[in-house]
Amino acid sequence: MTASTETSRTPLIELQGVTKVYGEGQAAMQALAGIDLRIEQGDFVAIMGHSGSGKSTCLNILGCLDSPTSGSYRFRGVEVSQLTRDQRAKLRRFYLGFVFQGYNLLKRTTAIENVELPLIYRGVPTRERHQIARRTLASVGLEGWESHSPSELSGGQQQRVAIARAIIAGPSVLMADEPTGNLDTARSEEIMDLLCRLNREDGITIVMVTHEQDMAHYAKRIVHFKDGRIESDQQNGRAN
Amino acid sequence: MLWNTLLLALREIKRNVMRSFLTVLGIVIGVASVITMVTLGNGATQQVTTQIASLGSNLLMVTPGRRMGPGSAGSSPSFKVEDGEAIAREITSAALVVPVASRSTSAIFGNQNWSTTVTGTTNAFLELRSMSLHSGRSFSDSEARAGAAVCVIGQTVREKLFGSQDPIGSRIRLGALSFQVIGLLEAKGQSTMGQDQDDTVLLPLRTFQRRISGNQDVGMIQVSIREGQPTEKAQRDIRLLMRERRRLAVSEEDNFNVMDTKEITRMLTGTTQVLTGLLGAVAAVSLLVGGIGIMNIMLVSVTERTREIGTRLAIGALEREVLMQFLVEAVVLSSSGGLFGILLGLGASFGLKNLLQVPFVFNPGIAIIAFLFSAAVGVLFGYFPALKAARLDPIEALRHE
Repeated sequence: MTASTETSRTPLIELQGVTKVYGEGQAAMQALAGIDLRIEQGDFVAIMGHSGSGKSTCLNILGCLDSPTSGSYRFRGVEVSQLTRDQRAKLRRFYLGFVFQGYNLLKRTTAIENVELPLIYRGVPTRERHQIARRTLASVGLEGWESHSPSELSGGQQQRVAIARAIIAGPSVLMADEPTGNLDTARSEEIMDLLCRLNREDGITIVMVTHEQDMAHYAKRIVHFKDGRIESDQQNGRAN
Repeated sequence: MLWNTLLLALREIKRNVMRSFLTVLGIVIGVASVITMVTLGNGATQQVTTQIASLGSNLLMVTPGRRMGPGSAGSSPSFKVEDGEAIAREITSAALVVPVASRSTSAIFGNQNWSTTVTGTTNAFLELRSMSLHSGRSFSDSEARAGAAVCVIGQTVREKLFGSQDPIGSRIRLGALSFQVIGLLEAKGQSTMGQDQDDTVLLPLRTFQRRISGNQDVGMIQVSIREGQPTEKAQRDIRLLMRERRRLAVSEEDNFNVMDTKEITRMLTGTTQVLTGLLGAVAAVSLLVGGIGIMNIMLVSVTERTREIGTRLAIGALEREVLMQFLVEAVVLSSSGGLFGILLGLGASFGLKNLLQVPFVFNPGIAIIAFLFSAAVGVLFGYFPALKAARLDPIEALRHE
């Protein structure tokens, strides 16, 4: 009885024996050597590891930016490795949000225009788009900064704009790649608090790559990568 | 979808106003020069056409030389007064036969000096050219016969030599000799090929031959054909008469021309049209260069915006959406450059119309073609950079520094 409910409930993310090999022949480099990972809706996972451990490659695959060499990646039960490039783009558009270490905001473009970008690709009408963008910016604490361009904002503020852009379309999962990598401790903690709040209040699943222990401790679950494998996977006692 | 793409492209152009402007400058200049060349060319053609048409369709011009044109007349014998008389006698359909001989000479009155065209002809010249006298009189028969030192001047010559004074009765010097002004023509304005018809001094033909040119030659014989008479027949008859008078053997080609106004129009507009076409082609090359400029900048822009493209792809932009964005950007750039160029070209033609004394003839066809062409340049030269952007690997693009 419990077994059947267990199997019928599809996890949000399920990796099975995922490998990733870059290059061919002699020059081949195995970035992932068989990853099994399940992430449920509402989780907050921190992926840790040294550089070259495969954590970024794993995030790229989870973010549907890259396909595994072998193994299976099911997102909401859909086999991602079999999707076309356009189908994966659509999947990102409707289910995923991205936050990067370098913010990746469009230069010379106001905060509100940056934030509403995903809505443009979704074809949301102008007025509605502005309203939503304004509201989202306010929710990350940037009310009144709508018409500032990235160069007029601090690093912390830029990352907030980036987070607003990532969540504006209401994604299931937020993929964060070293979101605090360019920020000082105080700013980093603010960003982590914001991510925790999004996870707690809006139920957004968060997968975050970081190499900072302090930041990882904000997550509910910490996965350690080493040499393309998962070294440890544990619930974080300190988590909120 | 298309509206959103347009929005993204416009935003991008707005983001880089200066660069966008420099990018399209080539197109702007190319289109502006095409429009200017063609507009001025059309104006010149139209001017020639209307002015020749105003001469009347019943006018024939008999000139020596195989082809009418500069430099060719010297190779064949000139006409004499007798040739004109023969035409008047033999060709029954001829209404007016006017021998004309011209030369450029300076006219002097007091301390005023003006370079003008002196024409030796008969009174019938006035009738043929629909000129009338403002004051004074035309040549009397005895003056014409005797080759008296009298002249009729145009308004420009009067203005330059006499200012506001009444010229009638005064004596002006043409070359080495002094002539009495007996008549003043009404102002007539511009003529064929933009020359000032009022800048003229008329002498009796015999006076011209004796005192100015020193020979018996007649440069051209103008013949008007009576209303209702076929010009083709008159043309043929004059040709045969001239061949006979010049004793040309059957095998020999004509060493003179008998042209009607249609042929003159065709010849003159032909020249301007060829010129317009050539200048237009040169301008079109500059459009091509402008297109390459757009491609160059778009390629730079794709490289520069690699991270941005990566971000867009990560957000969920489809390959074709990125392609469309860059393509639309190129097309918006090039066609707005085209639009700007059209306005600039029309403005330039309008501004030059007085300087070049060519009427302003707006040709909507060429404006539309120029606009479509500039848009096509955008598609053509924007496609490759756009494809390059769309094909980027999102991971690579996001990592790009």
